[in-house]
Amino acid sequence: MNAPLLDVRNVTMRFGGIVANRNVSFSVARGSVTALIGPNGAGKTTMFNCITGFYRASEGQILLNGPAGQQDIGTLITRPVTGGSHLVTRAGIARTFQNIRLFKEMSVVENLLVAQHLVTANNLVSGVFRTPAFRRAEREAVDRAYHWLGEMNLIDDANRLAGELPYGRQRRLEIARAMCTGPRLICLDEPAAGLNPSETHELSEVIQRLCKQHGQTVLVIEHDMGLVMRISDHVVVLDHGEVISDGRPEHVANDPAVIAAYLGVSEEEVEA
Amino acid sequence: METNRILTLAKQALLTFTVSLILFAPISGLVLEGFGFRNELVRAVLLAALVAVGRVVLSVVGMTALGRKLAGSAARNGGGVIVMTGNEKSPVLILALLFAAGLALPFFADKYFLGIAILALIYCLLGLGLNIVVGLAGLLDLGFVAFYAVGAYLLALGYQYLGIGFWSALIIAPFLAGLCGMILAFPVLKMHGDYLAIVTLGFGEIIRLVLNNWLEFTGGPNGASVPPPTVLGLEFTRTAKQGGVPLHDYFGIAYSADYKFWFIYLVLFLVVCLVIYAVERLRVMPLGRMWEALREDEIACRSLGVNHVFTKLTAFMLGASTGGLAGVFFAVHQGFVNPTSFTFFESALILAIVVLGGLGSTVGVIAAALVLTILPELLRDFAEYRVLIFGVLMVAMMIWKPRGLVRVRRPAFFPSTAPRGDTAPLSVSPEVAR
Ligand SMILES: Nc1ncnc2c1ncn2[C@@H]1O[C@H](COP(=O)(O)OP(=O)(O)OP(=O)(O)O)[C@@H](O)[C@H]1O
Ligand SMILES: [Mg+2]
Repeated sequence: MNAPLLDVRNVTMRFGGIVANRNVSFSVARGSVTALIGPNGAGKTTMFNCITGFYRASEGQILLNGPAGQQDIGTLITRPVTGGSHLVTRAGIARTFQNIRLFKEMSVVENLLVAQHLVTANNLVSGVFRTPAFRRAEREAVDRAYHWLGEMNLIDDANRLAGELPYGRQRRLEIARAMCTGPRLICLDEPAAGLNPSETHELSEVIQRLCKQHGQTVLVIEHDMGLVMRISDHVVVLDHGEVISDGRPEHVANDPAVIAAYLGVSEEEVEA
Repeated sequence: METNRILTLAKQALLTFTVSLILFAPISGLVLEGFGFRNELVRAVLLAALVAVGRVVLSVVGMTALGRKLAGSAARNGGGVIVMTGNEKSPVLILALLFAAGLALPFFADKYFLGIAILALIYCLLGLGLNIVVGLAGLLDLGFVAFYAVGAYLLALGYQYLGIGFWSALIIAPFLAGLCGMILAFPVLKMHGDYLAIVTLGFGEIIRLVLNNWLEFTGGPNGASVPPPTVLGLEFTRTAKQGGVPLHDYFGIAYSADYKFWFIYLVLFLVVCLVIYAVERLRVMPLGRMWEALREDEIACRSLGVNHVFTKLTAFMLGASTGGLAGVFFAVHQGFVNPTSFTFFESALILAIVVLGGLGSTVGVIAAALVLTILPELLRDFAEYRVLIFGVLMVAMMIWKPRGLVRVRRPAFFPSTAPRGDTAPLSVSPEVAR
């Protein structure tokens, strides 16, 4: 059980001539909060897209250690005919997006029900005739949706259109939706972007609760350093697609290479 | 202030007049006569003046309080989707009344009206089928008529070559049409949505051309005849032709050609009711929800583990199946099929039904199907203007009601036990509030 949940090994991602990630390696320990930080354009979202199966990494391996043994994300998405990023989610990696992607014209509960399509009864016949099994599965799904709405403080908005919610709530709803897939690892792409300080504070409590109470492993991209230092157990810093620092938050905060990357100091000065 | 307003109006009128003059002058101001042309510019000027006056009247009405209220209410209805509260009254009574009225219709309607009713129901079926594809799953299908043709020709040719009757065709048609849909759509669904529109457009034309040109097999433009329906070995013809007993002999009543149409109407009506029920159920089932989620955001769907290709495929196949079903009824009602019934115009008409009905709203689609098939019959004298009226309707819809005539209402869901920290008397029913 000591093997890390996610193991990123020497991943390089190229778009034509652009190298968005070069030889990136890090690992995510079970039950921890790992933060991926770095200046704009450092390649954080690209790394996320590789991990969640939206891109196929040009080189390297991304391994997920689950009960089904070790699975390689790359082979999941290139499997013929049935392969695709949806298999990565089914293997246990859920994500949110930097620019919110909710089903805006569906109700909040429906957003969460779509996420549970693997546990509800999808059979056409059972649904049309409302068999007891269908009703039970549906009831459990609705209850689970309400459970996560409760965790995210969204109960009052359950039967509203997702697109009508205020921005901060949409962010939390996206996290709730990802949690409804029952993931082993949840990847949050800038969950605090656009939130005011009190909403950010609430968010940090939500993430900590996920981790402490539900044993959820979290990988988060974030620019808000206060939030990162408060919640994370482990920080990985990317700059120009490369890992420049990796370790505990205090270690990273005092790493001269990180300070240089953020403040734009030239390499020579750091060396000096 | 007043002079200012009058000045704006005058400016507007002048602009409208000029633009419409430019438009009308060549179209109705010049009349071709052999190789030369006659000048009828007065007519064009009159038309342009008419348009300008209309524009001014519209503006003046818009300035009054009443006009503003009207415009305001039109704009407010524009927001397309609402979530139900769970406290709506159940429409069971109205539905039961409608169902009874539908069943009783043949006993009141004359043969002509019954024919229109059958046609309207066929278009309902087509609209419901295409609504699954376009309205729910958001896939643009421009060749829906192909599946309609598959169903119709299945009965005609199946009878001719294999001796398939009405009932067998009714059961086989959805599967065959669904299979065609699958073969057609699977290769393109992996790609972006626009490709599907082009491929289906092509497929619709291919089917029509094949039917038209494969003389030995399909009968080409001469079409193929379709057997009249039978029920439990009873036939609706004057003398038995398919090895059964004529209905009127069996019951010892006088022969009437109407019985056949009564029968078709009743079966069709029941099938339409079943399809409506199934579609309404689909909207609160995981599959239907996934279709709508795919329409909203495909990338988010993939991030939730939805297999977008297979999910779209199911929508496409179910839509095609419904189209095939409609085809069987069309064939048996006409007693004869030929390729001219399956042109692109037909596809466009079905698409118009779905768009007018509000992309996803079942009630809207049914209403639109009834209106678009019954109205042209009532306005027989204006038959030539049918397409023009469609066009005007569509443009008007896109301006004032882009989300269709009927608002889409989303179901509300409640937990099986009242949520903690919330003492509001929530309905305890875990079932969907309908
Ligand atoms: N699909 C793509 N095609 C080509 N280049 C891309 C693509 N996606 C990302 N890039 C490039 O890769 C680099 C890294 O982008 P990425 O979105 O991963 O940055 P980021 O670290 O998430 O930045 P931010 O903090 O602004 O979100 C950028 O230079 C970007 O232009
Ligand atoms: Mg990013």
